[in-house]
Amino acid sequence: MIIIGNTRISDDYFILECKDSQPLPCIKPGQFAHIKVEGNPSVYLRRPFSIHDCNYEKNTISFLIKIVGNGSATLSQLKENEVVSIVYPLGNGFSDEVAAEGKSLLIGGGVGIAPIFFLAKELKRNKCDYDVLLGGKKVSDLLCYSQLKQFCSVFCTTEDGSEGTRGFVTDHEIMRNISRYDRIFCCGPTPMMKAVGKKACDNGIFCEVSLENKMACGFGVCLCCVTPTNDGNRCVCTDGPVFNINELKW
Amino acid sequence: MTNLEVNIHGLTLKNPIMTASGTFGNGYEYSDFFDVSCLGGIILKATTAEKRDGNPYPRMAETANGMINAVGLQNKGVDFFETDIYPKVKYFNTNVIANVAGSSIESYVEVARRMNRFEHIAAIELNISCPNVKQGGMSFGTKPESAREITSAVREVYDKTLIVKLTPNVTSVVDIAEAVIEGGADAVSLVNTFMGMAIDVETRKPVISTITGGVSGPAIKPMALRMVWQVAKAVKVPVIGIGGISTAEDVVEFLLAGATAVEIGTANFINPRATVDALEGLRKYMADHKINDVKELIGGLL
Ligand SMILES: Cc1cc2nc3c(=O)[nH]c(=O)nc-3n(C[C@H](O)[C@H](O)[C@H](O)COP(=O)(O)OP(=O)(O)OC[C@H]3O[C@@H](n4cnc5c(N)ncnc54)[C@H](O)[C@@H]3O)c2cc1C
Ligand SMILES: Cc1cc2nc3c(=O)[nH]c(=O)nc-3n(C[C@H](O)[C@H](O)[C@H](O)COP(=O)(O)O)c2cc1C
Ligand code: FES
Repeated sequence: MIIIGNTRISDDYFILECKDSQPLPCIKPGQFAHIKVEGNPSVYLRRPFSIHDCNYEKNTISFLIKIVGNGSATLSQLKENEVVSIVYPLGNGFSDEVAAEGKSLLIGGGVGIAPIFFLAKELKRNKCDYDVLLGGKKVSDLLCYSQLKQFCSVFCTTEDGSEGTRGFVTDHEIMRNISRYDRIFCCGPTPMMKAVGKKACDNGIFCEVSLENKMACGFGVCLCCVTPTNDGNRCVCTDGPVFNINELKW
Repeated sequence: MTNLEVNIHGLTLKNPIMTASGTFGNGYEYSDFFDVSCLGGIILKATTAEKRDGNPYPRMAETANGMINAVGLQNKGVDFFETDIYPKVKYFNTNVIANVAGSSIESYVEVARRMNRFEHIAAIELNISCPNVKQGGMSFGTKPESAREITSAVREVYDKTLIVKLTPNVTSVVDIAEAVIEGGADAVSLVNTFMGMAIDVETRKPVISTITGGVSGPAIKPMALRMVWQVAKAVKVPVIGIGGISTAEDVVEFLLAGATAVEIGTANFINPRATVDALEGLRKYMADHKINDVKELIGGLL
């Protein structure tokens, strides 16, 4: 694919926009892409990133990426018109088809907001009823906050209290009244997803989380990315990355 | 017309490029990327007698030009193979080779006996070289006596082509190769992964759950090539080269060192078309160098 945009949105985050020469396949929020990182000898394997947005008219997909190491730092240097090898779409997305009825809560923590933003857009397009809850360490971690506010209702928490409720997403007052929601879709750091999953479980609410295990192949052949489930070890890349919390041994 | 055909003890490969076990699933996972039947052979993920859940996550660490894995032979067992995998892989129009592993001689023999009955399993590759299991695996492949013993036990129940896959984690891989040939191996394949480890300097803990794992990828190619060369010089049976092969040039190097065929492993993760790309590259290399028969390359080191 060809890079058509690379925008630094803060010190740690950037948005990479890529164009395919072919028409895009159908992409579900929660699915991911496996990107080859060129030009850095210390990066050998591809790197997995959630699809953050897509445009079927322009044949473009975008990624919201946090710089955490060599791979992400190298990708942040990509320039317009450079060519990157991207295998996509991979994995199973959120069960957004069930969101047609009742009300959903979308929870995104840190860079986990990437697929949650895409999901919010899709649910909007399908006229579903939902709220979004974002969590971050500080206000600059609340990615896509202002964009989301333009088309849906968004709540937020920050650990330093710089925006919204101080604390974790599970400290927000809407979580006290969680039974108002029929289901939760969540992506963020593992401790956050575990806490949200527990809350959902305790209240008998349908809850899907998107896992970020380390991957080698990305399409189910190496068996490196497994997570323990009720059905033994299963691959996050092909059986996930989205799992119903009831399937997971958490 | 270039001839790419090679022979491994009665087994005809339409070209010398195969896939390495554990890196190509059961082949059909790659059907989205290309027609896998164009390869010389497809070596399936290891099968054991019983279902195995493998080692706990994390099982993988990236290293300079390679990776360490400790999957630990996760598979659903030979019964599942018969009911769910065989019915799909038997339609591939190329050699489908099973990789057989176990924790005891009896369990290897049992899987080999079952594999013997499947018409469309052209051969087995006996994995006595997996470094990621507590019992069996590599422990059979590090001493000539046990390597010979397990090979001859399997030989008794297996009629078709028997390939034995060797570990590089030994002082003399030639000694092990000679032992398995005495035990009845029709061919040897090498290498499996090199034992290695990685440490997270922030947590001071090993990166993978089992502490050590197997290193694969371009990082191991020079050592693998050296071992293939040593073994090919010493033995009369066909040698299959494995280890860090990613491109047509790598394939040619292994053929020149004496390999009759090769297996491509970790490279498939980075480029799912690595095998076909190498095949096309090999054709081009032969055309450019006016080589009509790939056999001219085998052992062609000057
Ligand atoms: C399905 C999936 C979707 C993802 N979506 C996104 C996304 O939309 N945006 C985004 O920024 N990141 C996403 N990630 C995480 C992303 O893949 C890693 O951050 C990236 O691979 C790190 O590569 P690196 O070379 O920059 O860092 P490395 O040098 O590999 O690692 C740097 C540090 O980050 C840690 N790390 C590496 N990989 C992961 C991981 N998978 N999870 C947690 N910590 C990790 C390492 O332990 C190390 O401490 C996703 C991961 C998966 C599996
Ligand atoms: C993730 C992974 C899983 C593997 N599983 C098996 C296996 O089940 N049986 C086996 O004989 N070898 C297995 N191997 C070893 C490979 O088949 C091959 O011998 C080794 O990786 C070296 O080749 P490469 O550098 O081309 O990958 C595995 C390797 C990797 C990376
Ligand atoms: S990353 Fe290889 S199986 Fe999931």
